[in-house]
Amino acid sequence: MADGFALARRPDRGMSAPPRVRLPLSEPALMRGAMLALALAFLGVFLVLPLTVVFAEAFSQGARVYFAALTEPEAIAAIRLTVLTAAICVPLNTAFGLAAAWSITKFEFPGKSLLLTLIDLPFSVSPVVAGLVYVLLFGLQGLFGTWLVEHGIKIIFAVPGIALATLFVTLPFVARELIPLMDSQGTTQEEAALVLGANGRQTFLRVTLPSIKWGLLYGVLLCNGRAIGEFGAVAVVSGHIIGLTNTMPLHIEVLYNDYAFAASFAVASLLTLMALVTLAMKTILEWRVGRAAAIHVH
Amino acid sequence: MRIEIEKVTKRLGSTLVIDAVSLEIREREFIGLLGPSGSGKTTLLRILAGLEFADEGRVLFGGRDGATLTVEARQVGIVFQHYALFGHMSVFENIAFGLKVRPRASRPPRREIAATVERLLQLVQLEGFGSRFPQQLSGGQRQRVAFARALATKPKLLLLDEPFGALDAKVRVDLRRWLRELHDATALTTVFVTHDQEEALALADRVAIMAGGRIEQVGTPTEVYEAPQTPFVYEFLGRTNAFDCVIADGRARIGDKSFPVENKLPDGPAVAFVRPHDVILRHLDDLEPSADATITSAASVRVVTVLGPKAWVELSLGAQVIAAEVAREVATQLAIAAGKSYKLQLRLPRFFQKEAKVSRPE
Repeated sequence: MADGFALARRPDRGMSAPPRVRLPLSEPALMRGAMLALALAFLGVFLVLPLTVVFAEAFSQGARVYFAALTEPEAIAAIRLTVLTAAICVPLNTAFGLAAAWSITKFEFPGKSLLLTLIDLPFSVSPVVAGLVYVLLFGLQGLFGTWLVEHGIKIIFAVPGIALATLFVTLPFVARELIPLMDSQGTTQEEAALVLGANGRQTFLRVTLPSIKWGLLYGVLLCNGRAIGEFGAVAVVSGHIIGLTNTMPLHIEVLYNDYAFAASFAVASLLTLMALVTLAMKTILEWRVGRAAAIHVH
Repeated sequence: MRIEIEKVTKRLGSTLVIDAVSLEIREREFIGLLGPSGSGKTTLLRILAGLEFADEGRVLFGGRDGATLTVEARQVGIVFQHYALFGHMSVFENIAFGLKVRPRASRPPRREIAATVERLLQLVQLEGFGSRFPQQLSGGQRQRVAFARALATKPKLLLLDEPFGALDAKVRVDLRRWLRELHDATALTTVFVTHDQEEALALADRVAIMAGGRIEQVGTPTEVYEAPQTPFVYEFLGRTNAFDCVIADGRARIGDKSFPVENKLPDGPAVAFVRPHDVILRHLDDLEPSADATITSAASVRVVTVLGPKAWVELSLGAQVIAAEVAREVATQLAIAAGKSYKLQLRLPRFFQKEAKVSRPE
């Protein structure tokens, strides 16, 4: 009833009061408020709350337990292995990403679109499948299994397997970040450098690399984040040998399954901290790039 | 430097981009490659720059085969259409680049490089801009930085790809004059590519008009404009009225009138071209010149557009639409208005034999 009344009165009010100017793209205040509240609530429940819980749970039995969990030999070994994996994968995939993006955007060659599709493969394939593929290739019963055993090379259930699986999963990050960027920049700057007498190395180091450095750093950060946090592919090839082939995410799982909650959350909090640092660096990068773009406009 | 392009052919897949083109560019000449997009002019420029390679034929730089020359020995500078300045380098660093990348043996000392850059900044009227970045400059300023960068390595051949394409009309005219003066003041040979016939005719010593990977005609701006050798050249160099006609005994019939044909053509179907400014409007009762064989029957005015000192008049002559360019005073004097009829005097018609294949701009 009240609604009907209000509706009936509306034209009246419209005539007497000056019409409210509303931008065509702006929503009513109530709507905007509701949307904002919804987004914030969602963010709170799914992002902020878990993040808080990680740290709260980690310190639930006091700082001493927390630091003990991080300094026990197995945890140290897991941290060391994770850092080692990242230290292997990030430089390799940076080099690969640069090479792939450079060749894809600056040259024409047959099979270019196939290469582009292949680079995306690790994004579309489940990490577990990626891990399994390596087991099938290099495992005891695998394609090269016998040959590897004969030569005393251990890949699966050893560090090389973990590095390989991580390498596969993190392969697209740098290339994917660079290809659109380098594509939009075209090749005329390189051509100008060549006509001015620069050789290939000088052109790359002085012209191409400086103009893509922010995009490259961004890709490296994303690649690093994934290399540290990868679970699925690594879980398949690792074999969970404590102190030997356990990375941080795997170590967390082992601790959790042993009901060592505080310890597992302590290691998890360290992993989270790494992610937060990555995120902060990413934001700083975006801010810097944004500023560079703003200069562009002037 | 004297450049000889000898039967250069370039294919891109199955497309013939440049079709056995030969052209001799004289020492200190300012030459324009003019043509529509897809005519091969930019590819030819890129071959001169060493950015593309000819499939057949060769280019001689001062008598030496370009294929055997290093970039440095070739002594070429290029200004790209969108300048291709290095965005992460200051104006100073951009200009110094060509000198700084030289091998140590031939690299000038730092102080000398700085002096060269300062001198070039002065030349392009950008003193004090050395520490700016390309993004902070206007289009015209960026273009002048691109010139300075290309000149830093003291090239003997300067290549310009649509050098004024991205600039507004006023800046364009100023830069054109500046470029011509720069060329005349240095020992440069300059080749520029453009699709703008006015620019080519205004700037170049000689113009090479290209279409479909071939050079249709080479000559001074006056030669190509006044004596175009192919229908394509005629149509490309300005607005055109084309009349179908039949030639017999040195006279051409257009409609029910016959015109004398100046150039010798065999009998048969032909096409006559007349520039809009060579179409002269006469009153219908203007008796005196009506004996002139170059006067058509009555044509009625469709549209009149006044553009500054000129008036564009569109007339219907039978089924054909004819464009005429008339001085504004003449338009007023004749009281030209839509619906009125005039006789047309066709000055300087140019006849071309009608071939099965007539190349036209795309």
